[in-house]
Parts: sequence; C-alpha cells; structure tokens
Amino acid sequence: MKTRIHPALIAFSVFTFVFLIGPLIIIIGTAVSDTTFLTFPPQGFSMRWFANIFEVSAFPRTMVTSFTLAVLATTLSLMVGVPAAYALARFRIELPKFLANVFVLPILVPEIVLGFSLLKSVATGVGASIWTSLLIGHALLVLPYCVRVVGASLNSFDFSVEEAAVSLGCPRWKAFFVVVLPNIRAGVIAAFILAFITSINDVSVSIFLTGPGISTLPIQLLAHMEQFFDPTIAAVSVLLMGVTVAVMTVVEWTLGLTFLTK
Amino acid sequence: MTVSLTLAHVSAHYGSTQVLEDLSLDVGEGELVSLLGASGCGKTTTLRLVAGFLRPTAGTISLGARNITGVAAHARNIGLVFQTYALFPHLSVLDNVAFGLRQRGMGTAERHGKAHEMIERVGLTGLADRYPSNLSGGQRQRVALARALVIEPPLLMFDEPLSNLDAKLRVDMRVEIRRMQRAAGTTALYVTHDQEEAFSISDRVAIMHRGRIMQLDAPEVLYSRPANAFVADFVGFGNMIPLEVAGEDDTRVIARMAGGATLSLPKADFSVPGRNFVLAARPEGLGVSQGGAGIPATLGLRTYLGRAYQYRCTTDVGEVIANGPLSDPLEPGSNVTLVPQPDQCCLLPAETA
Ligand SMILES: Nc1ncnc2c1ncn2[C@@H]1O[C@H](COP(=O)(O)OP(=O)(O)O)[C@@H](O)[C@H]1O
Ligand SMILES: [Mg+2]
Repeated sequence: MKTRIHPALIAFSVFTFVFLIGPLIIIIGTAVSDTTFLTFPPQGFSMRWFANIFEVSAFPRTMVTSFTLAVLATTLSLMVGVPAAYALARFRIELPKFLANVFVLPILVPEIVLGFSLLKSVATGVGASIWTSLLIGHALLVLPYCVRVVGASLNSFDFSVEEAAVSLGCPRWKAFFVVVLPNIRAGVIAAFILAFITSINDVSVSIFLTGPGISTLPIQLLAHMEQFFDPTIAAVSVLLMGVTVAVMTVVEWTLGLTFLTK
Repeated sequence: MTVSLTLAHVSAHYGSTQVLEDLSLDVGEGELVSLLGASGCGKTTTLRLVAGFLRPTAGTISLGARNITGVAAHARNIGLVFQTYALFPHLSVLDNVAFGLRQRGMGTAERHGKAHEMIERVGLTGLADRYPSNLSGGQRQRVALARALVIEPPLLMFDEPLSNLDAKLRVDMRVEIRRMQRAAGTTALYVTHDQEEAFSISDRVAIMHRGRIMQLDAPEVLYSRPANAFVADFVGFGNMIPLEVAGEDDTRVIARMAGGATLSLPKADFSVPGRNFVLAARPEGLGVSQGGAGIPATLGLRTYLGRAYQYRCTTDVGEVIANGPLSDPLEPGSNVTLVPQPDQCCLLPAETA
C-alpha cells in the first residue's frame, strides 16, 4: 500500500521551504544587481559589488577580526566547556543539580543584557582591552552550546569504557584523552561549528564591546548599511553563505551531517 | 602468577548512605568465588572497591601479602569484565585486546602477536579487524574476556558478564569462562544475581544481602545446609516452621509446634540446634500423607508442576507449600498430614530466623 501524505503537510513543507530559501535567493539577486541601491529583482548583472567588498578596507579587516575572534573564542570556550560537560555527565549523581543550569545561563539571559553587563564589568570595570573583552564576551556567549552539545554526546557515553581503560593500566587523565575524547569527537566538532557560527553572527554582545579601531563583520555591515545602503551588504552576505556551504560540504564529506542532529 | 584476595572488615558509603557494612571475604589462590544476591545488595560496589574505583571508608583490601587499599586503580593490575562489555568503540578488536599491553609499554610487534594469540584462544579467529559495533553480544563478551586475560592479571573480576546474553549462550559462555579461568589458574571474583550461574561455576559462593555476606560456602553446602533463614529461603527452603523441644529419648527428639501438634524427629536424620529452632522445608520436603504422624494441614489450591502437584496448605503456623505425587491428586479441603523428609529439610537456630 502506498502511504498517503496529507495535502496540508505538503503545503506546510512547501511554505517552509519558500520562507527558508526565498530570502536567500533574493539576497543573491540583490548582490548581482547593477544598481547603487538594494533592489529585487536585480536590474542588470554586475559583480562589482563583490569587488567593492575588498575596496572598502573595513570589510576585509573586520572579516579577519571576526574569523580570528570566532576561532579563539570557540577554542577557549571548548577548553572550559568540554571538561565542564565531562564533569557534569560523569558525576551527575554527586553534583548539585543547579550546576548544570549555570552553564546554560548565557543562553537564557538576553544577549543584549549579557553584552551590557560585560561592558560594565570587563571592559570599563576591569579595564580590559577591546580584544580581551570581545574574546571573553564571545567565549561566554558560545559556552552553553559547547557544554550542551558535548554533554549530549557524553550522556550516551558508557563510562565503564573509561574504567575499563583504567583497569588495563591507563591512568585516569590519560584515559580521558585516549578513550573519552575519541568517542565524543563528533560532539566536539558539532559544538565547534555551532559555536563558531554563533560567534561569527553575533551583533548584540559585540556592539557593546567593539570600540575604536576594532570591529566585527556584522557590526561593520550595520555601520555600512546606515551610510550607503548599496548591494555590497548583499555581496558580503552571499560570500558568507558561500563559506558556510563550503564548510558544511567538507563536514558532510568527512563526518556526515547527521551527527549535528544526534 | 596467582595470588589470593582478602577483604577485611570493609565498609563503603555513597555520600552518607552505607552500602557495605563490615564485609570480610577471602578468595584463595586460583579459586573462583561468586557474589550472589538481589540487585542493589552491593555486589558491584564490592568489585569497584577491589578495582580501586571507590575507596572503602573502613577496612583493608589485600592481594596476597600486599595491601592495595590505597593503590591507584590503574596500578592494581586486575582484569575486569563488565556487564556492558565496555569495549573501546573506536578501536578494532585487535587494538581493544592489545590496549592493556600497550599501556605496559610493549612494542607493536610483540603486542599484536600476543593479542592475536588471545583472540584465537577465545574463539574469534578472523575477527581481529572488526569494530565492536559489528560484533554480536557473545562475540563482544569474548573480546572483553580476551582483553582482560591478555594482561595476565593475578586477579580477574566479572560483573554480571552474561546478563545481556540470551539463555543458551549464557550457559555456553559460563562454561567457557570457567574453563579459561581454570586453565590460566587465575584467582577470580564473579558477580551475578543468577543462582544457577553462581552455583554452577563457583568453588564457593557468598550470598549477599543489604551490604553483608550472609554465608560463604561451597554451593553444595549452601544448598543442603544453609546457616540462617535468609540463605535457606534464598536456596529454596520456602517453608519456615518454628518448633520447640518437648522431649527426647535415645533415638528421637519430640518437637512441639504452635497449636500443640508434635513432630517426631529421628536423631539419625536431624540434629536439633537448640531448644527453640526452625524447620526449613522445601515444598518437596513435606510429604503429603493421609493420616500418620506429621504436621496437620488442610489442602488448599492445587497447581500442576509437571513433576508433581503443589498444594497451598493451611496449618496452625500459617500457609505452607507442599508437593504431592502425580499418582494421587487430592481435592482441596482434604485433611492431611505433612511429613518432613530429612534430605529436603534443615533445622536452623531460632535466632537466625
Ligand atoms: N553512585 C552511586 N551513588 C549513590 N548510591 C549508589 C551508587 N551506586 C550504587 N548505589 C547504591 O548502592 C547500593 C548497592 O549498589 P550496587 O553495588 O550497584 O548493587 P548490585 O551490584 O548488587 O546491584 C544500591 O542501593 C545502590 O542504589
Ligand atoms: Mg551490579
């Protein structure tokens, strides 16, 4: 017997796709428009707005900043988040319950509040440099993703495997690296990607912490849009989309995307 | 190398709850001792103490003459087989088995040689390159066994190693575990909640209850001469009938039960442990007879067991379960006497009941 799919479900799926993919198509159209303002459908065809990205020096500069920041913040966050997730999963019974929630707080607090409080405490309070503030801010912002995603793969990890390694003569600290880490690899990579994307896209936290001479790409996009409102913004967006697709393709080839949903 | 294991007056706590209380246990060189008991009685906790994953709050643990109470888990050199197998999912069978040798700094060629040899010995020839996810439950258990044996530990410990296998395989595997343990001459501590499994492969069995050992003896002794009511009940002496000595002569003891009926116990068959004692009887240890001396009873519900009929009987000491012959089915309501059969009964001191 053929399974019948309810027409409403088909309609719903189509709508979802239109709303998900539609804006992306519009942005691509806008980016290649041969006009000095944002418009869709595109009028004419030109790649000059892509070239323009590299003529406005702030774009390449903030791209490098955003990329470096995302890599460093994510790495820092994983260095804290992986051990935290490990402890939370390993000693679930012994540890107080609220502890698990502490690491998710940054996700519950509105980002704008997080940004503002960091400005007060880290930037103006302690007087940390803009770079340091941004790094701490982004690391905190992505910490919940690291703890949760790594935690999810640790929850399905049988800790007797670790004890088996110890019983075979492997010291505890070493067992973490040779037995635990290889088995939560997918979770760590997924956490890295999620955290990286979150950091690259962030506006609310960054807007409080960026300052003279140092900005991130999304902040620069906002600033540019306020002044020019030309298709450069669309071109940058398309470029970002391209990078994302490239990353995901590589991930799909090497790991399979399903681990993201696992 | 083979060595004895001794636990002396060991207590263990999780937080403030006491899980083991003053537990003492010894396993002789090359001996296999089982810990047998219901879930939650502290069997795994005992293994974890010996393995070093948990520290006792009192008492000492020794391997041979060496006190290992404070030794780190990775330095104890004890082979462990887990209920969940706990194989390394990211390593092949070969690397799983060779893991312990690698930790000991053995070179690749020698390590692989030994691992291959062990893989053959547990009957997994040809599967060295497989990953654990591509093995059946029985095969995984064999890898776990090979992995623990290859380091030639002086002590092997098993935590319900067969409980995830199906019934047929369970019997085959336990015979094989016993054979390999014997061949290697390794001292072994084995945990199970399955009485048949424990009795069939052990030299001695410790019956545990609420963090204490109720009796540690050879299976034959446990089965025929339980030391207390808990063990008696555990090994199938379902009926407990309190008695009091009322008189005796050269050949017999006369015992009185509640309600006034008396039993005559021949001294040749029964040794009475005190003035007040308990007659523990298996259902097949109470012969259903019409008339004669014995425990007066009224038959209740009859069930068919295949080898016998089983009756729920009402007596002056409450409900008693007795088996009667297939040749002679009796109707509920019949008045009968139940006659204790010496080989299916035992007498216990009253204070243990
Ligand atoms: N990590 C733990 N924290 C607190 N209590 C525990 C822990 N592990 C076991 N227990 C308790 O200790 C008792 C003995 O457990 P265990 O040794 O695992 O029993 P068994 O292996 O005989 O089933 C049980 O009541 C169990 O609930
Ligand atoms: Mg257990």
